[in-house]
Amino acid sequence: MIRALAVLLLAMLSLPAAGQDALPPAPYAYTQLEDPALEAKATALMHTLRCLKCQSQSIADSDAPMAGDMRHQVRSRILAGEEPEAVRAWLIERYGDYVSYSPEVSQTTWPLFVVPALLALGALLVLVRRLGRSRADETAAEGDAA
Amino acid sequence: MNASGTPSRLRWWMWLPLALFAFFAGLAGYMLTQEKEQFVKSTMVGKPLPAFALPPAFEGRPGAANTDFQGGKPRLLNIWASWCLPCIAEAPQLEALKAQGVEIIGIAIRDRPEDVARFLERHGNPYTRIGADEISAVQLELGSSGVPETFVIGADGTIRYQHIGDIRPEHVALLKAELEKAQ
Repeated sequence: MIRALAVLLLAMLSLPAAGQDALPPAPYAYTQLEDPALEAKATALMHTLRCLKCQSQSIADSDAPMAGDMRHQVRSRILAGEEPEAVRAWLIERYGDYVSYSPEVSQTTWPLFVVPALLALGALLVLVRRLGRSRADETAAEGDAA
Repeated sequence: MNASGTPSRLRWWMWLPLALFAFFAGLAGYMLTQEKEQFVKSTMVGKPLPAFALPPAFEGRPGAANTDFQGGKPRLLNIWASWCLPCIAEAPQLEALKAQGVEIIGIAIRDRPEDVARFLERHGNPYTRIGADEISAVQLELGSSGVPETFVIGADGTIRYQHIGDIRPEHVALLKAELEKAQ
């Protein structure tokens, strides 16, 4: 009985270790860059990159180890002088548009940008014609009255 | 032009916005019932394997570099970790692939040498080399978003195929076919 309990206790002790790595976070996962300007650039970018493990969070918001490793990549690349958009492009090359929260005009997304513009243009045309017509009606009515 | 005539002439297209709205509402409702793709696929398939060089993950095997995939034959690149439970489930399938003469090079993600050694002792070691990727750097280079994942690397050093998740018995033949295609 006691042995069974001990085994059970041991099993419970070892469970949390499974499914979770034991290594410390990457150097720049939770450490800011010393230069505030560079850190601001990195933070702005991190807020617009998707965490791949927890897909509705940005890597800036996530505590997943992989998000930490992605933050390390972002910070160390910015520190090495890369532009934020180059880092974004590096990730998009590997994971596709999905990794970025910042919408890009691409072969599949262009209708999202073009359709609203066309609709607004159409609405404007209709409005101009209507206003023009009602003004014409008014002047016609005035002419009749005179 | 009389007031009652105009609306009846316009009627059919006046319903258009509502129809459009109903279409999109219906589409949204339908999409909610569809299962969402849970994994992010790598867009590196078809591209050359990025350059990397990782130190050994434990004493028993040398480390791994992209140059280890050059020359002669297609190989498997297996991303795994000793702390990953599905990796235990796929161990017999990796053994089966090894028995069929497939070279498997491993990359251990965020792992400790002692844990790697213990895992391999318990579940078998199908790897010729195992690199230690302590900060998932190579994993990110490959466009991989979890463990385990397995890539088929062609004889010419390009990434040919990505298998996401553990390799189940029914996937062995599929991977073998992809390896043959990658000759």
